Amino acid sequence: MQTQTILAELFPNELEYQIDNWVIRGSAETKAGKVEIIGTVDSAAINQAIAITLADAVLDVIAQGKKTPIVFIVDTQGQDSSRADELLCLNRTFAHLAACVDLLRRSEHPNLAIILGEAVSGGFLSYGLMANQIFALQSSQVKVMDLNAMSRVTKIPLDKLQSLSKTSAIFAPGVENFYKMGAVDEIWVNLDEHLVENAIESQRTHIQDFLTDNRRQVAKERDGRLLCNEIVDAVLSA
Amino acid sequence: MNNSNNKDSRQAHAHIQKSFYEKTARNRIASIVDKDSFVEILKPGSVPTSPNLASLDITGSFDDGVIIGKAKIKDDAVYIIAQEGRFMGGAVGEMHGAKIVGMLLKALEEKPKAVVFFVDSGGVRLHEANAGLITISEIMRAMLKVRNAGIPIVTVIGGTNGAFGGMGICSCLSTHIIMTEEGRLALSGPEVIETLKGVEEFDSKDRALVWRVTGGKTRYLLGHVQVLVEDDIDEITQAIVDGIQLPIDTVDLDYLQQQQKGLQQQYDQWFGEKDSIAIWEGMGITEPESISMLSAKQVRAIKQG
Repeated sequence: MQTQTILAELFPNELEYQIDNWVIRGSAETKAGKVEIIGTVDSAAINQAIAITLADAVLDVIAQGKKTPIVFIVDTQGQDSSRADELLCLNRTFAHLAACVDLLRRSEHPNLAIILGEAVSGGFLSYGLMANQIFALQSSQVKVMDLNAMSRVTKIPLDKLQSLSKTSAIFAPGVENFYKMGAVDEIWVNLDEHLVENAIESQRTHIQDFLTDNRRQVAKERDGRLLCNEIVDAVLSA
Repeated sequence: MNNSNNKDSRQAHAHIQKSFYEKTARNRIASIVDKDSFVEILKPGSVPTSPNLASLDITGSFDDGVIIGKAKIKDDAVYIIAQEGRFMGGAVGEMHGAKIVGMLLKALEEKPKAVVFFVDSGGVRLHEANAGLITISEIMRAMLKVRNAGIPIVTVIGGTNGAFGGMGICSCLSTHIIMTEEGRLALSGPEVIETLKGVEEFDSKDRALVWRVTGGKTRYLLGHVQVLVEDDIDEITQAIVDGIQLPIDTVDLDYLQQQQKGLQQQYDQWFGEKDSIAIWEGMGITEPESISMLSAKQVRAIKQG
């Protein structure tokens, strides 16, 4: 589905946006009030320029001081891989962007990420994965690496990875797996104008709760990550 | 063998004994913290080895590649997190990540003087890729919480695997980064870039180039990390002791707006350069080609003018 079509279904009222250099910036009206739209489109490979632009947009919304909700649009193939980007420490720029999203959470702006196309590895980590809630279209692709490449790098036969991925959500691509692992809150099948406003209104009723990262408990309830919650508790009680 | 050879070999031996790079994570801890002060949390044997690795027929490690615990450094009570680069490249899997998250959340409760983090990792452990990626974001959130509680996170990057991928991002959320020339800090590793974009984009076998793009001297001169030291346990210990005492910035709007300005300026000024020599020259450093030959002390003197 095209970005344009999806956004029109989610935001039928006063939707405005521009797309420039893979970055989408816009706004829409919902029953929960105005929302700001910030993100990437067309499977963006996130580089220095994109990360700096996203961080700037987030800081602008916080600086307005109105606790305006932000909807992050996620469509990224991961980080761009170039010597020019790495020389200026791309990981440091990503850390800054993630810290901006974290400040947004702490400043009590409702915020959520919607995975429209792809959500891959570092590109996903730098902003989408830092949001209060993450919703993914059923058609979206969420992953660190596909199984072919994983087999090549880890030297584990592809058929072994494929067969294990039927019972384990730990390593294989797929939006269902990220749901089980506690990183995706809901998978959206049918789109309508109430999805975003409902999420925002719900966040407003308990916005402080989002400051506690409960994804490891959710992952346990969904049989995704079975160990991490126990390990964290064991460290805390040691 | 003549006398001068004997002396050389004694010096080389002394250098290796003092090398952070050459040590295991456990020996790094033992050589830096006050004698007998380290108390490990989740000691080997107290938790099972990773079932995620076992299901792939890979033998796990009793610590899953990261050692955590409490210690004292020059009498200051600190928490230590040390990644073991010799086990799966220090990569972050479910248990490994949970141990780090647990230690950071524990710091919020018990407020040690600082968290000291020896990062030595290629990033997400592909064998547990989804768990690894998500737990990295949990580490990032927990690190920001620790910082905002006023507890410094002093990170040392000087191991065999550097700090790449998600651990490269996490490292940059520390309050204070200490690097050696041998340490490397980046997002995608040179081998990954070479595979994706070709050898003309990044020749990963060109060690001098790899260091000029990702190494400690470049990161220090460009202001990406705070301190450059030699690969020497005594120098690293002193830099940690100094780092622990420094006041730390709260990550608030003012701070992030300042950072934003800095990143934009860096981009406007230098983006497009593909080697640090051109940047060093542009910064007014005379004989930039000679930087690779200089000691950490000499490089610090250049930066401090």
